[in-house]
Amino acid sequence: MNFKLHVWRQKNAAAKGRMEQYEARDINGDMSFLEMLDVVNEDLVEKGIDPIHFDHDCREGICGACSLVINGLPHGGMTGTTCEVRMRLFKDGSTIYIEPFRAKAFPVIKDLTVDRTSIDRVMQAGGFVSTHTGAATDANAILIPKDKAEEAMDAAACIGCGACVAACKNASGMLFVAAKVSQLALLPQGQAERERRVNKMVAQMDIEGFGNCTNYFECEAVCPKDISVKFIAKMNREYMRALVK
Amino acid sequence: MKLDSKVPSGPLEQKWQKHQFEMKLVNPANKRKYSAIVVGTGLAGASAAASLAELGYEVKAFCFQDSSRRAHSISAQGGINAAKNYQNDGDSVYRLFYDTIKGGDFRSREANTYRLAEVSNNIIDQCAAQGVPFAREYGGTLANRSFGGAQVSRTFYARGQTGQQLLLGAYSALMRQVGLGKVKMYPRTEMQDVVLIDGHAKGIVVRDMVTGEISSHAADAVVLATGGYGRVFYLSTMGLGCNVTAAYRAYKKGALFANPCFTQIHPTCIPHTGDYQCKLTLMSESLRNDGRIWVPGAKDEQRAPGQIPENERDYYLERKYPSFGNLAPRDISSRSAKEACDDGRGIGPSRYGVYLDFSDAINRLGKDVIKERYGNLFEMYELINDENPYEVPMRIYPASHYTMGGLWVDYNLMSNIPGLHVIGEANFSDHGANRLGASALMQGLADGYFVLPYTIGDYFVREGAKNISTDRPEFREAEEAVTMRIKKLLDVGGKQTPDSFHKRLGQIMWEKAGMARNEKGLKEALQEIPALREEFWNDVNVLGSADEMNMNVERAARVADFLEFAEIFCLDALDREESCGAHFREEYQTEEGEAVRNDKKYAYVAAWEHKGVGQKPELHKEDLQFESVQLATRSYK
Repeated sequence: MNFKLHVWRQKNAAAKGRMEQYEARDINGDMSFLEMLDVVNEDLVEKGIDPIHFDHDCREGICGACSLVINGLPHGGMTGTTCEVRMRLFKDGSTIYIEPFRAKAFPVIKDLTVDRTSIDRVMQAGGFVSTHTGAATDANAILIPKDKAEEAMDAAACIGCGACVAACKNASGMLFVAAKVSQLALLPQGQAERERRVNKMVAQMDIEGFGNCTNYFECEAVCPKDISVKFIAKMNREYMRALVK
Repeated sequence: MKLDSKVPSGPLEQKWQKHQFEMKLVNPANKRKYSAIVVGTGLAGASAAASLAELGYEVKAFCFQDSSRRAHSISAQGGINAAKNYQNDGDSVYRLFYDTIKGGDFRSREANTYRLAEVSNNIIDQCAAQGVPFAREYGGTLANRSFGGAQVSRTFYARGQTGQQLLLGAYSALMRQVGLGKVKMYPRTEMQDVVLIDGHAKGIVVRDMVTGEISSHAADAVVLATGGYGRVFYLSTMGLGCNVTAAYRAYKKGALFANPCFTQIHPTCIPHTGDYQCKLTLMSESLRNDGRIWVPGAKDEQRAPGQIPENERDYYLERKYPSFGNLAPRDISSRSAKEACDDGRGIGPSRYGVYLDFSDAINRLGKDVIKERYGNLFEMYELINDENPYEVPMRIYPASHYTMGGLWVDYNLMSNIPGLHVIGEANFSDHGANRLGASALMQGLADGYFVLPYTIGDYFVREGAKNISTDRPEFREAEEAVTMRIKKLLDVGGKQTPDSFHKRLGQIMWEKAGMARNEKGLKEALQEIPALREEFWNDVNVLGSADEMNMNVERAARVADFLEFAEIFCLDALDREESCGAHFREEYQTEEGEAVRNDKKYAYVAAWEHKGVGQKPELHKEDLQFESVQLATRSYK
């Protein structure tokens, strides 16, 4: 298979970026999207052109590092993350547009690489249970109904990739923040800090420049881990609850 | 050099408790005067950095990823072992210890392995308290499963994402400390060297991967939690950033590298299909609970799997190991797959693959049951291979997965360089020659939460707070050496990409030092590796400059280290003239092809000391003393 690529190139955070055209030749349908880019990059290096920089690591859809907008959609809008997308899903000879995740809270560092430390700072504000090593009781002393544990796990499955932010016209981080708030609000371990947590995480989310949710649900549509927007509703209830408490 | 393991005296069951009492304590008011550098923020590094900060020490943590939440620990699927005995099936600390030391083929340090089993229960409590959503029973108690052929159900899990959930737990504890100002976090920062002052590790030199700036950081102790070196094979299940650089540079500064040839090959990965591949995907071992592994009985079989009749198939694991069958340990299953393929009976486009067939299980249990158990794995397989495993057998093949070897450490997890501590997969101590399933997560968290925070305090008190400045000449010299090395890479100006060298190194290692090794192959590898290294330094093409984000520089620097490290790996495999655990020397096997261990000569830890690039490193031996267990032959027949 052959493809025409339009790729965002930007030397560094301060530089002005632009779309560049490249050819991807002799691509095998079993290749992942990133393997296709590896092939293009090897070719660029041989020609003396700086390879396309992008974040990636595990290449199996769990680390959350890969972050491309493919033909206008984060992770290509397909099943899973960019590293899981296979080239057989594209039409031979087609043109593919590749851009970084774009959001005020995710400034571009180079090419397709963006700075997502804003996500870490939201976590630092309250995405934890304040317990120190050694203070725990026996794990079975905290009984958690199976359905509650499962629902908490549905939220906890978030990989922190930021596709929800990149897909949202408001660049809202609500799905990510809601997933963490909900996970811990559903579990008995999270109760002591329940109000404090939601207040602090929402405040930090605003400081970082993430937008608000206006119920378009683009986030859920692109989430590689199928995190449900019901958690955003839950977070809003948690926030209201914290206000009146 | 005399290797002192510092294992405390007394009965096995009391050693750790006794040692905890005997270690010196840092006065609470003085803790903030001591500082630690933690390199790597996976399970071991994140848990250690958070726990040290909770105690009151000043901590700086470094990772090469854009966030500490992305370390490779996140990819672990199956679960984490603990000796809780919640299932009332006869588990105990001693049984977990015994299974681990037996699984490691009696090449691990008894006292360390016992301590690992001892603290395993605290880990589950700790993680549950953090809000890790472990699987639960209807009554609300924790669920367990049997994993990796264990005869008790001691594995705790969070769907197929246990590593992710445990890492996010440790990450949340770390983020809390960052928010409190007790940990300073440096993402996208790669360690380049360890700095020694008066023989003690007192700092590191790092490269900022965004700006390219080289800088120094000083502390009272350095902790390496930098993971394994499985990517020496190029193709592996590891994340693409995983590398040996931090551990290898510490080795070049005098830290001993122990048992580098002990690497685990995981039997159930998706086979290699083409040269473009840089990563092999692991399919959870749990699939072997219901899948049957087979190859065609005849060589060069061309028929599709469904057209090969039952009597022309070879279910080789069931045939050779009737009692364990398809659940035979990882090393045995992997080697058997290789034998079948070397015999010309492999399947798939590369002919290096075997079938993992669910048709019997689907007939017996129904498609719905199989879907409930493995649905997500089947989907993942179909996504990658475009084949439906409900209808066509999966194709699998072994791949490099975990490294038991690592920097040598004593009972306090300190290397032979005072102040340099090594935790998690980066050290060597607990798994011997082979690691059991669901034990990697256990060891990473044991070291980080419950061992290092105690032992490092003892080192601090003995040495006193030094408040070292990075203005010292030792730091300037190290920075200069790092800068020169990067310049040297950029100046080669050759034609071949760093990755192409990495691929070639991987081929040598996989063929000659992979699942089975022999003297001839290892000696050939020891000729080929230095030649490849020379070619690299003459013809590598590293584009761009040092003072920018530059993946060419990052990769080239890591490949350069692998090209040196591979040599001690092969030397170690050559030295160990026995077969044990994952190390299989073809010369040492029974007529039936079973491993022959040599306890008389090789019941030691091989710890290698650097003597210069291209020079033979010096071998130091730590004799393994077994006070509590009888050395037995591992048998899974």
